[in-house]
Amino acid sequence: MSNFEIVKREDFSDVTYLLEVRHPLMAKAAKPGQFVIVMLNEHGERVPLTIADFDREKGTVTLVVQAVGKTTRQMQQQCKVGTSLYGLVGPMGIPTPDSHAKKVVCVGGGLGVAPVYPQARALKESGAYVIGVIGFRTKDLVFWEDKFRAICDELIICSDDGSVGLHGRVTAGIEQAIKKHPDIDEVVAIGPPIMMKSCAETTRPYKIKTMVSLNPIMVDGTGMCGGCRVKIGDQVKFACVDGPDFDGHLVDFDDLMTRLRRYTKEERMALDHWEKGCRMQKSIDNAVDAAKTK
Amino acid sequence: MREQDPAVRARNFEEVACGYHPDDAMRESERCLFCPDQPCVSGCPVGINIPGFIRKINEKDIRGAYDILTETSLLPAICGRVCPQENQCEGVCTVGQTLEAVAIGRLERFVGDTAIREGWANIPYIEPNHFKVGIVGSGPAGMACAADMAKAGCDVTVYEAFHQAGGVLKYGIPDFRLPNPVIDAEINNLRKLGVKFECNTLVGRLFTLEQMISEMGYDAVFVGVGAGYPTMLGIPGDSLNGVLSANELLTRCNLMRAKEFPNFDTPQPIGKRVAVVGAGNTAMDAMRVSLRLGAEKVYCIYRRSHKEAPARAEEIHHAEEEGVEFHWLTNPVSILDDGNGNVMGMRCVRMELGEPDASGRRRPVPVPGSEFDFECDLIVYAIGTNANPIMGQTCKLRLNKWGYIDTDENLATSMAGVFAGGDIVTGAATVIEAMGAGRRAAASMKAYLGIRDTNRPYRTAGDTLFGIDTSERNFARIRA
Ligand SMILES: Cc1cc2nc3c(=O)[nH]c(=O)nc-3n(C[C@H](O)[C@H](O)[C@H](O)COP(=O)(O)OP(=O)(O)OC[C@H]3O[C@@H](n4cnc5c(N)ncnc54)[C@H](O)[C@@H]3O)c2cc1C
Ligand SMILES: Cc1cc2nc3c(=O)[nH]c(=O)nc-3n(C[C@H](O)[C@H](O)[C@H](O)COP(=O)(O)OP(=O)(O)OC[C@H]3O[C@@H](n4cnc5c(N)ncnc54)[C@H](O)[C@@H]3O)c2cc1C
Ligand code: SF4
Ligand code: SF4
Ligand code: FES
Repeated sequence: MSNFEIVKREDFSDVTYLLEVRHPLMAKAAKPGQFVIVMLNEHGERVPLTIADFDREKGTVTLVVQAVGKTTRQMQQQCKVGTSLYGLVGPMGIPTPDSHAKKVVCVGGGLGVAPVYPQARALKESGAYVIGVIGFRTKDLVFWEDKFRAICDELIICSDDGSVGLHGRVTAGIEQAIKKHPDIDEVVAIGPPIMMKSCAETTRPYKIKTMVSLNPIMVDGTGMCGGCRVKIGDQVKFACVDGPDFDGHLVDFDDLMTRLRRYTKEERMALDHWEKGCRMQKSIDNAVDAAKTK
Repeated sequence: MREQDPAVRARNFEEVACGYHPDDAMRESERCLFCPDQPCVSGCPVGINIPGFIRKINEKDIRGAYDILTETSLLPAICGRVCPQENQCEGVCTVGQTLEAVAIGRLERFVGDTAIREGWANIPYIEPNHFKVGIVGSGPAGMACAADMAKAGCDVTVYEAFHQAGGVLKYGIPDFRLPNPVIDAEINNLRKLGVKFECNTLVGRLFTLEQMISEMGYDAVFVGVGAGYPTMLGIPGDSLNGVLSANELLTRCNLMRAKEFPNFDTPQPIGKRVAVVGAGNTAMDAMRVSLRLGAEKVYCIYRRSHKEAPARAEEIHHAEEEGVEFHWLTNPVSILDDGNGNVMGMRCVRMELGEPDASGRRRPVPVPGSEFDFECDLIVYAIGTNANPIMGQTCKLRLNKWGYIDTDENLATSMAGVFAGGDIVTGAATVIEAMGAGRRAAASMKAYLGIRDTNRPYRTAGDTLFGIDTSERNFARIRA
């Protein structure tokens, strides 16, 4: 029934990979800041992933995924060029509103590097001066440097171990940019909650508007379950329909991080269950191979 | 009707009510008086010819009964199961004045189930026309509208955001009340009428209503997106882990099959002591699902009394039998934290009933000093839902002040060619009302497109264009 064919795959490292999926209508509709929900197969979970890029001519959308748990690892194993996803729905969420910022810092931490790209590109297209700050743990994990160079007026690469670029976290990169450009009027930060939290804390004293993209656990992505609710100032918002972009200075990140831990035990179980299955399959395959060679 | 034993069924997801044996149905049909004034028919929101189909059962002509039912109802096997009959058809049945009312719903279900088993479907001869109709949302409202438009010869496509069609029937109402094969059978009947289903399609975001009309070639569109945006209580502790909406619990369990975790990937929050806030159908479903998932204790917390509880009588009765503990006139005040962001318990206050409020029900007021705490580890909110915001965010349809779609009495919206019905117009209601709205919208849509409808009187005098009745103007389409 479903035909969401994977037309390209690229592996950035042993945990990060890119999938380009054919969906002409979605490629036409997608805007920066939006996300999709993927189902790998009928038994699968609904996994939200940011649209990291889209190509209206080719009719494809690009997802960059980090293998962190059962589903994302299974996708890493099974999503090859020519295979198809069982479900792909979107684009979801409110697109990032047009910004009138003149000078912006776009910050991507680890996996957040991919989702911040379309926003950076859109800002560049709207005439802003764009400073990219992208952070990785180490040199080997760096990806999309060329893509960012092409759209950024300045690019600061940070690495935790100092193996490439600035030694330190993305917050150090932000500080550096602010020191150099006192007229920065917006920061966009995407990455793990703890990283977005520190980015928001870094810019708070300077009173620079800081937008973040939140990633709570979701089920439907259409505003029907309330599982994705987040605290923004004194209000409760549903990230899938009211976001996912919010003002980082208002977000209650501690609440978000607590809520992300809801299913830790089950996530562990799912992974163990699956890995056991994989090991069994492997030993069967090995036995079959061994029997064949005999 | 035979039912599974409460102690057994409270631990499985098999259907609770086992359905009639043909002999039971026959016996029940004999209780109908075939009243000339047919009060039951006016009690049914869609006006099913109730004595008519019961007479056919009585004559052992089940196929005939099915034919009469399907003249009006698209989903007999579903409505027979989930209609709040005691407030509708059965509530006004003449026999019910003195004895137990004729079990109209159960008879309807019997006929519907027989049809599914035998593979009956009433597919009329369809003369195709050149109209393209789009339906947004695959709940009962969308399904009913799709069926009528397909029968009228239109090329009908149903768009659904989820990966499976069915709306609340699929994601909300649990298997033990409405098994999935029943829904799938009814959806298959629609496919036989030529209706196409496109799942994984979020209308508004993938394409807008405006685009459907102006670019995608739809002559008319029906919007039946339901109203599923859950309400949270807004008390301290709302965002603790272990507090969730009934919609989330039920969607995980039913649609995502989290009850079969880890064979299915979606996890299910499991509680030992579960408190469900609310006493509607959704609350009953959440409680009974929690029992089946292995909860030791399930509490129902409701601020009014038993009498005001909006759930179907049968559901409350079933929940009681299965061991749910009801705490009427009790209102949550705050949720207690275990220090790690998880639910540890709930603080409630006792209520008493005061003066009647706007809804005519007596308003509950807190009894001062009656706060008390109790232990629980999962809290489910089933206190109502609101309009989903996506349509409002993405199209220019006029909404009312609560965010529901504004329509006229013919269910036409502010946008030419766009009709709406079901929960997104009325607010949360019932399956049969949503279905009825879908059919009413279909009738208006046919009039709009100029398709002749034999069930509808046509205006003759006055309304003409070049001497041709405008209701028959389908020789040409005029669009703004
Ligand atoms: C709007 C949005 C956009 C996202 N964009 C991307 C993206 O572009 N690339 C990407 O790799 N990931 C993205 N995520 C996160 C991604 O959805 C999760 O990593 C994924 O669901 C994990 O599934 P799993 O079964 O592999 O791991 P699990 O076993 O479910 O979980 C492993 C770890 O991931 C965390 N996690 C689980 N579910 C989610 C979730 N829905 N959101 C965030 N964290 C979760 C858990 O807390 C746990 O630490 C996004 C999430 C949201 C809500
Ligand atoms: C748990 C529960 C139990 C209930 N029990 C009963 C009962 O026993 N008896 C009874 O009579 N009634 C019951 N009801 C109420 C009844 O189910 C609803 O009134 C009825 O389903 C409304 O039908 P609908 O077609 O308007 O919307 P829905 O059934 O809500 O269907 C709407 C569909 O539209 C889809 N959708 C939404 N937005 C979009 C979009 N932008 N693009 C594409 N698709 C979209 C949704 O995913 C959904 O599938 C219950 C409701 C719930 C939640
Ligand atoms: S559709 Fe519902 S109200 Fe109408 S006759 Fe059937 S059970 Fe009764
Ligand atoms: S009111 Fe009751 S007894 Fe009379 S026709 Fe209807 S179902 Fe039969
Ligand atoms: S994911 Fe269900 S409401 Fe946002």
